[in-house]
Amino acid sequence: MSTPPLASELDLCLCHSCGLACDMTGEPHECERCGAPLHRRKTNALTRTWAYLLTSLVFYIPANLLPVMNTKMVGNGADSTIMSGVLEFWEAGAWDIALIIFIASIAVPGLKFVVLTLLLVTVQRNSAWARKERSKLYRFVEVIGYWSMLDVIVVALVASLVKFQALADIEPRTGILFFGLVVVFTMLAAMSFDPRLIWDTPHPNNEEVMDEIASH
Amino acid sequence: MVSTDQLIICEHCDCVYRKTTLAKHQKTLCTRCGGVLQRYNGLTVEQRLALTVTALMLWIFANFYPVMSISLKGLKNSATLWDSVLALSLGPITFIALVAAIAMIIAPVIQLLLLIWVLGHALAGRRSPGFRFCMRWLETLRPWSMLEVCLLGAMVAVIKLAGLLDVLPGIGLFALAILSLMMIRIAGRDIRDLWDLP
Repeated sequence: MSTPPLASELDLCLCHSCGLACDMTGEPHECERCGAPLHRRKTNALTRTWAYLLTSLVFYIPANLLPVMNTKMVGNGADSTIMSGVLEFWEAGAWDIALIIFIASIAVPGLKFVVLTLLLVTVQRNSAWARKERSKLYRFVEVIGYWSMLDVIVVALVASLVKFQALADIEPRTGILFFGLVVVFTMLAAMSFDPRLIWDTPHPNNEEVMDEIASH
Repeated sequence: MVSTDQLIICEHCDCVYRKTTLAKHQKTLCTRCGGVLQRYNGLTVEQRLALTVTALMLWIFANFYPVMSISLKGLKNSATLWDSVLALSLGPITFIALVAAIAMIIAPVIQLLLLIWVLGHALAGRRSPGFRFCMRWLETLRPWSMLEVCLLGAMVAVIKLAGLLDVLPGIGLFALAILSLMMIRIAGRDIRDLWDLP
């Protein structure tokens, strides 16, 4: 199957804000329809994505180690981290809720680190490997990204409700700040990555293809 | 060469296609990377506006009525979305309260107001003043508006607390549930279609 023409071949550029195909003859700096700045590729996509990704990776450590919530029942206070919250549900037999929180709070950020690193490294090595699948992975990361905010919202609601002075009191702790920052920075990382870079390798490595054909 | 507004560029791999008219439930995919190019959206301007106004009403309910209330040994307490933002704003973690406020309250209401402004004028057959500005903000706010997550969070909170004390879901929670589903329909990526209005 033949590939459709590319925007670069037709001297077109996609406007990221309104989706218009902008004619690039005369090098306009702004989209003629919505006025958003035009870039053929997102500026410094790789550097920015690495920076955001590493920042969130650093925050991921305190987010998981520091307590996110303090529960005080009749005078006895107990700190809980994200993982201990998951375990609590698990032990209480609510494995489904435990699974939801585990996926949203621990698996999703972890998966985002792995996938974005994989995408960054393969793009930097000009790899032509599994392009379609890598495109899919990127879209997947974009979709799942913000579900990690779940725990922040749960802590906020629970802390605002349980306010019975001496009897029972729940307060948020610093862990939730770092956790929220992880979510924000992984979202920024995914937004600054340019998926078109996956397809940008100018000449697909013909030698490799030939080698593969020869070996079959 | 054809006019460029009839062209569509795949945002994932830069392939260029000509736009087509879609029938119900159809979508077009990029042949190279498999990304979605166009998705059918059957809403007319009137329908969009009606849904947006409804959504704004629901937003008011979701924000001014408690999401849930609890009781413990005769003591009662209830919380709205704003209360939960305030609970985060104490101490050194204020920043996250700001993020939560944007994600749960501010981004959705700005989206709705901008949509009403744009659609209201479109209904009268003209472009609203500041149309470009509104459309760009709608695009910028989209990823930061997290009502679906907020709904799931509220449900998890209900279950989490149900083990400790009596929990009663409030009007706010039901409004939130419908609102979050409606937001997906009216404030999704396809608001870009509004650019094609005369």
